[in-house]
Amino acid sequence: MAVAGEEAIFGDSVITTKLDSAISWARESSMWPYIFGTACCAIEFMSVASSKFDISRFGAEVVRFSPRQADLLIIAGTVSYKQAPILKKIYDQMSEPKWVMSAGACACSGGFYDNYTTMQGVDEIIPVDVYISGCPPRPEAFLEGLMQIQKLQAKPSKYLKKRAKRDFKGRLDV
Amino acid sequence: MFSHCNHKIEYNKTQNNRYIVKLKDIKNAINFLKEEKNYNFLVDIIAIDYLDFKGHKEKRFAIIYLLKDDKFDNLVILKAYLNEDEIIDSITDLYKSANWCEREVWDQYGLIFKNHPNLKRILNHKEFLGHPLRKDYPITKGQLCTKTDDLMDEMTPKLKAKGYEDHDDLMFLNLGPAHPASHGTIRTFVALEGENIVSAVCEIGYLHRGFEKSCENHTYNQIIPYTDRLNYCSAILNNIAFAHTVEGMLGVELPIRGQFIRVIIGELSRIIDHLVSLAANLVDMGALTNYWYLYNPRETAYTLLSKLTGARLTNSYMRIGGMTHDLYDGFEADMKRCLEDVQKGMDDSLSLIEHNRIFQDRAQNIGVMSAIEAINRGWSGPNLRASGVAYDLRVNQPYYHYDSFDFDIVVGSTGDVYDRIMVRFEEIRQSIKIINQAMATLPGGNYKVDDHSIILPDKKNVYNNIEGLMNQFKLVYEGVKVPAKEYYSSIEATNGELGFYIASDGSGTPYRVKVRPPCFYAMASLSDMIEGEMVADAVLDLGSLNIIAGELDR
Ligand code: SF4
Repeated sequence: MAVAGEEAIFGDSVITTKLDSAISWARESSMWPYIFGTACCAIEFMSVASSKFDISRFGAEVVRFSPRQADLLIIAGTVSYKQAPILKKIYDQMSEPKWVMSAGACACSGGFYDNYTTMQGVDEIIPVDVYISGCPPRPEAFLEGLMQIQKLQAKPSKYLKKRAKRDFKGRLDV
Repeated sequence: MFSHCNHKIEYNKTQNNRYIVKLKDIKNAINFLKEEKNYNFLVDIIAIDYLDFKGHKEKRFAIIYLLKDDKFDNLVILKAYLNEDEIIDSITDLYKSANWCEREVWDQYGLIFKNHPNLKRILNHKEFLGHPLRKDYPITKGQLCTKTDDLMDEMTPKLKAKGYEDHDDLMFLNLGPAHPASHGTIRTFVALEGENIVSAVCEIGYLHRGFEKSCENHTYNQIIPYTDRLNYCSAILNNIAFAHTVEGMLGVELPIRGQFIRVIIGELSRIIDHLVSLAANLVDMGALTNYWYLYNPRETAYTLLSKLTGARLTNSYMRIGGMTHDLYDGFEADMKRCLEDVQKGMDDSLSLIEHNRIFQDRAQNIGVMSAIEAINRGWSGPNLRASGVAYDLRVNQPYYHYDSFDFDIVVGSTGDVYDRIMVRFEEIRQSIKIINQAMATLPGGNYKVDDHSIILPDKKNVYNNIEGLMNQFKLVYEGVKVPAKEYYSSIEATNGELGFYIASDGSGTPYRVKVRPPCFYAMASLSDMIEGEMVADAVLDLGSLNIIAGELDR
């Protein structure tokens, strides 16, 4: 294949690309997750983080405990009505672009807790990008969810700008 | 029983250890039992709403007290009937453990206790209206919570009692509920002077998932998956505790093979629960390497459990009257490997901490709990044993032939964080010992009861003859019919005495299920334990108690 421009002169030491792709490449490869782990699913996340499944293969091992430093919110566990205002506060503290992964039946839909205390899915209060099924999801499923988020992140910056302005009204937004 | 009591107590003996007492006499009766008969251990306080109970002639509600004596051998159950507008005397001055129990009864049933120091909601949120466990509260009626309780209503009087009129020099800090060291959903609100905790208030209920209400509209076997999610670090032990209680009500006993399988898998669950608890506790201390050493053997156990039950974490392996299926071919070799991994992980971790000065300084004499105090607070399991009390249901009330195995009750001497950690390490070793003995003597034969009113028929009968089909249909659709009675039984789960109090009306669905969650009582003590300590110690205290929110909040 004929090579032109800088690459012809400098060979492999230079890669030309679009700024958009370079930024999203960086973003994809170093997500900083905040784990909103409340229940059993959080125990499975411990497996995702430890050596056998090793989330650092995807560059997402720097688990942050301050939402202000995180760009990926992983909700692993049941969210009760009592917990809901806290989840919302944490989501609001994250800065754009931010991504939300709802892991497990409970976070997605309340799971088999269809009763007076359990929120029937976290998307009642915050927007969700990726839903993972399972009760709890296997570690592989968590990783699959992570890769789906990476795909979203690879979209051009136009998409991100639009996304940040999206109109979401949850039950706690008044 | 009460004949020597100074106060006249009106009561009715219904069974061996069960008494129906007039509401006005209940406190005197309990006081008498405690002071004269050494019933020092309050197991649980349970309320029942009999609104929908067919043929019920007494008043609408009942309040039930479970007490054990200082040898932990005798259980007494006192019950009093009352109406909504009647007031119960609080027993918080007799047992510290009663504080949260009574709050829970108020929260869930709206029954009022006189002289309770702080009768406010505990599991449900502040804005909640009504009392969800009453039979006339619809199960799916959720109520939105818009604001988190600031807890100053509890904090201000506490500070005042300590002589702090204004709060200018104090810093208030929330440890949790969304905090890495709060293990998910526990909130500790502290007032700090520098790094010292002056006063603390704990709030729970963030993972209240309505387990007990959900039980009331599922059949007995459908409840098994819910029990998995109580203490989800050792799901199978919860399965066993529940199935064991229902089997007790049915009056059936598992064949010996079934009992041994329960022992083996139950002890494996205990091991992996201790592993995760220790791993987390040591991470909180900054000893991250231990996490990898201790957590990774869990993966070997997960592989074994997936082969056996189809699930890694939430196994739902037990059924009323047995378990889903027998052990698989090659189980023994897998188990052997699993135990080797556990042993190796434990040895590696111990080699890092056992003689480590930093670890010892961080853990010794922190969060000390004396034996008497621990009993008064309703502690059980490794936490109580760390305080030096040799109470272990596997020994005190042996079930599943635990008395035929050679193992030790592990006790500590000081009751501090160090003891609680070391007791758990040693308990892993004892559990390995039990599993090895049980595997070596595992008898053949059936693993489940042979009774088709309890156990599903074989598939070949279901597909090939109408009786089998009917049998399957009725068991699935209506559930296992359990005789109408009220019954309490408990086993030694990872965190201690895990009990179920079940009231049955004779149908396939329980009328009322109350769990006795061991870590509820440990958690109730945390605020008192950490006052006077430093923030960093509070984190270790919490970790060393192994609070599992699913079990705590239910
Ligand atoms: S989805 Fe299942 S495993 Fe996950 S938190 Fe809910 S009940 Fe637990």
